Amino acid sequence: MKGIWWKILGPLLILYSIIMGLYGPVPRLPILNETIRVLYYHVPMWFSMIAMMLASLIYSIQALGEKKGADLKAFEFARTGFLLASLGLLTGMVWARFTWGAFWVNDPKLNGTAVTMLIYLAYFVLRTSVEDAQKKARLAGVYNIFAFVMMIVFIGILPRMTDSLHPGNGGNPGFNQYDLDSNMRPIFYSAVMGWILIGLWISQLRIRYKKLSNA
Amino acid sequence: MHKLTKFLYLSLLSLLTLSAKAQMPEVEMADTLRENGKIFVVITIISIIFLGIAAYLIHLDRKISKLEKE
Repeated sequence: MKGIWWKILGPLLILYSIIMGLYGPVPRLPILNETIRVLYYHVPMWFSMIAMMLASLIYSIQALGEKKGADLKAFEFARTGFLLASLGLLTGMVWARFTWGAFWVNDPKLNGTAVTMLIYLAYFVLRTSVEDAQKKARLAGVYNIFAFVMMIVFIGILPRMTDSLHPGNGGNPGFNQYDLDSNMRPIFYSAVMGWILIGLWISQLRIRYKKLSNA
Repeated sequence: MHKLTKFLYLSLLSLLTLSAKAQMPEVEMADTLRENGKIFVVITIISIIFLGIAAYLIHLDRKISKLEKE
């Protein structure tokens, strides 16, 4: 993306979600209590992680078409996605401790996420272990397509096929009772948009830095 | 006499249901926090931290732009 408008818009959207997310009205639900507000901060991590992995997938496909520089972009987007996933996992663990009772529960989404993160770790190891640039781009590109498909299976499909503590799983996707609240929706979606833009920004900075240090 | 006990019994029962209704678990929220108005302090602090990180990103972006021009 060109220009700086999105580098201003991203932080503004997140700032809006911080202020209104803490101050705005939320539904009064038992067990969740005020922690329902975590939805504004924890869930966007996953949305933006998936967006980063999608960008990574697109660049990997381009890398297989021997487009110059696409392999580096795929790698850096996956790295940002991994950072966001780590933050999502940590925040989710704290949330789980106070609503489900433990930092880690045997939930298909949690275990699926853990497997997904290991799959992406293998991608990082694979890409850094090959010296030859062309071979690197091809191997990493093929593996990254596999990694994306596995991510969709592990966090998008399998949790929906069994019972899960996460809302919207084991049945219809979506937020069900939370989604009904029209006060929360604009705050949540602006947080998602804001974090995707921040993710793009961090990735772009890293790509530019890598290009400079390689040149 | 019988009628009176019946009446008393019924009124006692209705009173009990009333109090039971009043005891319907009110979901606990941080209402006092908002009443005091001090939630603004928390919001301000988190906002400052986030703005600091955003400023750092801007700083990095400028530094990299400068290097790219060279």
